[in-house]
Amino acid sequence: MAKIIVVTSGKGGVGKTTSSAAIGTGLALAGKKTVIVDFDIGLRNLDLIMGCERRVVYDFVNVINGEANLKQTLIKDKRVDNLFILPASQTRDKDALTKEGVERVLNELSAEFDFIICDSPAGIESGAMMALYFADEAVVVTNPEVSSVRDSDRILGMLSSKSRRAEQGLEGIKEHLLLTRYNPERVIKGEMLSVEDVKEILAIELVGVIPESQAVLNASNSGQPVILDEESDAGQAYLDTVKRLLGEAVPFRFLTVEKKGFIKRLFGG
Amino acid sequence: MSEHSLELKGSLFPLSVLHCSDLSISSLQSLLTAKLAQAPAFFYQAPLVINLQDNDSNPDFAALKQLFTELKLVLVGVTGANAAQKAAAQQAGLAVLQAGKSNTAKAVEPAPQSPAPERSAPAQVVVQQQAMDSKIVEQNVRSGQQIYAKGADLIIKGAVGAGAEVIADGNIHIYGSLRGKAIAGASGDSSKRIYCYNMQAELVSIAGNYWLSHSLQGEFWGKPACIRWQGESLVISELV
Repeated sequence: MAKIIVVTSGKGGVGKTTSSAAIGTGLALAGKKTVIVDFDIGLRNLDLIMGCERRVVYDFVNVINGEANLKQTLIKDKRVDNLFILPASQTRDKDALTKEGVERVLNELSAEFDFIICDSPAGIESGAMMALYFADEAVVVTNPEVSSVRDSDRILGMLSSKSRRAEQGLEGIKEHLLLTRYNPERVIKGEMLSVEDVKEILAIELVGVIPESQAVLNASNSGQPVILDEESDAGQAYLDTVKRLLGEAVPFRFLTVEKKGFIKRLFGG
Repeated sequence: MSEHSLELKGSLFPLSVLHCSDLSISSLQSLLTAKLAQAPAFFYQAPLVINLQDNDSNPDFAALKQLFTELKLVLVGVTGANAAQKAAAQQAGLAVLQAGKSNTAKAVEPAPQSPAPERSAPAQVVVQQQAMDSKIVEQNVRSGQQIYAKGADLIIKGAVGAGAEVIADGNIHIYGSLRGKAIAGASGDSSKRIYCYNMQAELVSIAGNYWLSHSLQGEFWGKPACIRWQGESLVISELV
């Protein structure tokens, strides 16, 4: 039985797909057989971030409609063993997903994989609900600013009321807070909420803090999950995050302003 | 999710049960009017069930329904009815309810001491209403969620997020931060209060009198506080 983890946020553009790609890749690097499922039907992005956009033949909607089987549809990553991608359809919309169809596909994947990462679309409509409905755990991606925090709060409410676990009265979804685009310099200037502020408002356990980094943009543009860039601060922060998801206690890094030399080295190269 | 457009789920609701030996319209009207005069707001549009256990007559349910409507009550059904009464009640569009375990047979008789002799006297009305209850929420109330404690106090162990609403006909107690809206005394009782451990509310209201957050951003912002209605205005004070 696979563990199903939804990566969600409510708000768009906070780094859900980047985080799904990084976490999925990190779990596979740790030897766990992992599949990342793109639930953003109609706005297919995951394949770009993972650098496999030219290898998409069939998609999630084809599998749900029985037009292709999983074996034909899953894309095996060329860099990391144990890593697969189930791409979204670009031509359909989010109503193409049915609860029964999603359940059937997840059950089929569950028999074969250790982890299923569901990359949720933004918003709180059917697509996002579908991505979180079957989840065992949730990574709530939040930027350190008020609108993102409020949207995360909203999604946390839905996780505890609209999921399968909630409806069946099972133990609730395990919620993790992933703070992305964190910039300690701007926190000091009062332009950004601090880790403590966000933790206080959302009151869930912190699983990672990803610093704002040029490396993330570079990684996205080159189709390389940023976690593979082990030199970068963001890559290291995602590696820490994956370790915490797997139950390891890892101290938090990149929470304070780094020495100038380090920043220069990072942006200079 | 289109399959959610229709759902049937079982739920339990508190209902007031009316015990009355004489169900003739004229006697019931005067008795109920007197009863309602004691607490008009409390029974306003309250759903009621008639208990027919000690009553073998066959009342005119259509007329009863009409009477209840006139008195601003909602007659939803009957309980403890015999076969003829059941048929007549169903004819009048009323629900036939199975009494809950605690109310079956003789269990109800010995429980309250005072109502028993009252009921033995002819044509006395006893409305059994559950005491002011409490609704308890163990977790955080998140943005977009709304919780209403009808006819009850509301106790929240966690925080109330910005964009969340907590509403109670009674008092509201919040043991976390209040960043959303809190509305106490929602049915019009201005003696109700709001207590919270960390006051950062968007809005607080007691019996329809409200303050927005700018009125709260003084001495007590981010601190434990109590809101109450005093004289002609809301008053904020420290909790301890």
